[in-house]
Amino acid sequence: MTSPARWRCSPTWGSSDPPDSPADRRAGILAVMEIVTPARRGADHAGPTRRARRRPAPGLALGGLVVAAVALLPLGYLLIRSSEVGLDRALDIATSERTRGLLWRTGLLAVSVTAAAAAIAVPVAWLTVRTDLPLRRFWVVATALPLAIPTYVGGYAFIGAVGPRGILQGWLAPLGVESLPSLYGFWGAWLVLTLFTYPYVLLTVRSAVRGLDPSLEEASRTLGQGRWTTLRRVVLPQLRPSILAGSLLVALYTLSDFGAVSMLRFDSFTRAIFVQYRASLDRSTAAVLGLVLVAVTLVVLGGESAARRSGSYHRLHAGGSRRASVSPLGRWRWPAFGLLCGLLAVALVVPLAVVGTWFLRGLDAGEPIRLTTTLVGNSLRAAAVGALASVAAAWPVAVLAVRRGGRLGRLVEGACWVGHSLPGVVVALSLVFFGARVVPSIYQTHWMLTLAYVVLFLPQALGAIRSSLLQISPSLEEASRLLGRGSFATTFRVVLPLARSGLLAGAALVFLTCMKELPATLLLAPTGYPTLATQVWSATSEAFFARAALPALALVLLSSIPMAILVLRETDR
Amino acid sequence: MQRPWKLPTMILVAGLLASACGSDDEGSTDPTTDGPDAGLVVYSGRNEDLVGPLIEMFEEASGITVEVRYGDTAEMAAQILEEGDNSPADVFFGQDAGALGALATEGRLQELSETQLGLVGDGLKDDAGRWVGTSARARVAVYNNEELTEADLPDSILDFVEPEWKGRIGWAPTNGSFQAFVTALRVIEGEDGARAWLEGIQANDPLVLDNNVATVEAVAAGEISVGFVNHYYLYQFLAEDPDYAASNKLFSGGDAGGLVNVAGAGVLDTATNVDEANELIDFLLSEEAQTYFAEETYEIPVADGVEPVEGVPTLDDVTLATVDLNKLDDLAGTLALLTDLGIV
Repeated sequence: MTSPARWRCSPTWGSSDPPDSPADRRAGILAVMEIVTPARRGADHAGPTRRARRRPAPGLALGGLVVAAVALLPLGYLLIRSSEVGLDRALDIATSERTRGLLWRTGLLAVSVTAAAAAIAVPVAWLTVRTDLPLRRFWVVATALPLAIPTYVGGYAFIGAVGPRGILQGWLAPLGVESLPSLYGFWGAWLVLTLFTYPYVLLTVRSAVRGLDPSLEEASRTLGQGRWTTLRRVVLPQLRPSILAGSLLVALYTLSDFGAVSMLRFDSFTRAIFVQYRASLDRSTAAVLGLVLVAVTLVVLGGESAARRSGSYHRLHAGGSRRASVSPLGRWRWPAFGLLCGLLAVALVVPLAVVGTWFLRGLDAGEPIRLTTTLVGNSLRAAAVGALASVAAAWPVAVLAVRRGGRLGRLVEGACWVGHSLPGVVVALSLVFFGARVVPSIYQTHWMLTLAYVVLFLPQALGAIRSSLLQISPSLEEASRLLGRGSFATTFRVVLPLARSGLLAGAALVFLTCMKELPATLLLAPTGYPTLATQVWSATSEAFFARAALPALALVLLSSIPMAILVLRETDR
Repeated sequence: MQRPWKLPTMILVAGLLASACGSDDEGSTDPTTDGPDAGLVVYSGRNEDLVGPLIEMFEEASGITVEVRYGDTAEMAAQILEEGDNSPADVFFGQDAGALGALATEGRLQELSETQLGLVGDGLKDDAGRWVGTSARARVAVYNNEELTEADLPDSILDFVEPEWKGRIGWAPTNGSFQAFVTALRVIEGEDGARAWLEGIQANDPLVLDNNVATVEAVAAGEISVGFVNHYYLYQFLAEDPDYAASNKLFSGGDAGGLVNVAGAGVLDTATNVDEANELIDFLLSEEAQTYFAEETYEIPVADGVEPVEGVPTLDDVTLATVDLNKLDDLAGTLALLTDLGIV
């Protein structure tokens, strides 16, 4: 905060009501003073309908179009394969009773998981950022970590813990409990998917909570609104894009997940697609089902876009250096603490404990320790490169969508989401198809694997970057341009630094997802490039759980570290 | 003061570090992955823990460098089909006859030599000699031995439609081996017979499981009394725990329940290392490799002169002559039947 304008005084500050405490009063005054900093604010206060709509810079538009074209490769593949069965047969498959049943069940699962994930994530985000929760820094990290647990590990762990004759059943047996309610089916899949995906919403919402302009809340409070009304009418509406962005990730993840639904025996769309491949190598029928899934994705995207509406979510001033005040929880402090302990126990301690048990059992049985630096290095490298590439690819798309709007922005953004709801194996096979036939020189090299990660996980980076861009006032860029900076310099000196938290969050998210990705890694990594995830798969597919334990633990630990550092860095700022 | 270059620099450094730590390993693998003469490329649908040591034995014996790609049998077969003419694979080593048959049907496998095919009995290889079985597995009923003795079980899988088995059966209808069995049932009992059996089992409320391992576990856990699986999964559990609460019941005398399926291998039509590929097939049929299958996976050796491990059924114990594996390629028909009945 070196701007001399800071010392100017607002013409309106004298009229604001006295806030609660001397500290708050100082904060409020500073906030109001910041608002009038001329170099930092638009001339018209960036009203709710204001949106910069200019013709996109050619470089940006080109970049966005290239990314969209790559992201549409799976769709192209599905169309080619579907066309082999002919339109009539394709329509038969798409509208059969079986397909309709699958759609209904899968849709219900996606909606329930998304609702539950948001219901967990929003309060947790608020508690860990804006309250005096005990051990807040610990919770900031711990509540994000369940994301590091792949659903194929989490699913096994839950079956081992609370499945028939699992660990819990063993403890309860002396008490005369004959059997536990079945974990299999809808509710088991719902539970596992919710617990291991809610951090998608948590991360985007938390970053938005941190980016909230406290002066809006203060204005609401000083205008006489209570804490709850302020939360409901000022805070929640501002969090809307981040809740929607996170929910979209959860919903589409649920549509595409195979690990949890197969293990918990829920007959979902993805499972049906896998059956087509595994049982009969019927690529055409699988492709038709894949197209139906793409159609569902478009509906979900349309819904999200309609719910998001246009609006501005950026602060009136830019800096974000002033931290919002912490609300005391009072007598709710310890109950909230207890709730978080419960969440942590179910989403993190149970799976890790079960995997730990496998490990100890393996040690007892003399199972050799199979964790090499090659394995760890391979995983880290593939995931790091995948994360970088995804963030780089998401940038032009996010800028196009947020800053330029218009049809091009919407189309390019929509295209990027297509691959995300498709099962990994479909995306992987589509890239096998194009890779081996069109660009054989990079097929099964690191380039190909990175490309697959970008197609699969681009939306995760996109969501995070988009949310952070929405919080930057376009007038800042305009000011930079007016002051003579070119678009490149403006991007690097103004937009990138302000979007930093979104970029890092996006990169961390993609990194972690790449670490646990399986189908594309199996089909597209260079031959003889084992990763932690492929080792876990290889061991569990033959029921060698003890062998899977150490790679699984390493996988969770290594994906947690960047996430933890990122999250802490955000808190400390 | 903002430091606009800090973030891009950090990301760049992280990326370079990541590439650097990866490139150490790359040095050793890259010369063999690039170019057509880099060594034999095997796509293995069989597990690395199982195939890895076997491949090492082969490399040592032959001096040929082998690159193995591991994955799911059906996914890798689909991968080869999608790769088209540019497939890097020389050999496909699959977990079930269905995927091998699909590749053969699409014209993606070359004919093997008379010598290779002569080592393996009829019914354990492709009619047209495009792939050969390397080890066999029998379908069995695995039962909970704390609850049942072998005498309690019927001698034919057809009898499990009786009401006494209601709520006590587990199956994994999406599993490839199970579907091969249903295909065999269609061949032996006719379309109507197979449909009647499937409906009869469905009327008995079977527990639907995802795979053989889960089925064996469910049986041992007492969740169900009996499950329809491949014979060898049990022995892995027995090796870890000799008191494991499950045992195998064989179906003999030509019963469809005792169908024998194979894991096998074939050489791709687009293979660039045909001689080396055939050397690997020879090795897989050698006494050394056959003994390895018998001891490590509890499968049934297919080449003459090698016997299975104690406790594991021999080829003579199981149904072989009545079903021709080549008739098991009508998976589409089986899938249509299973879908029609709402089973998968």
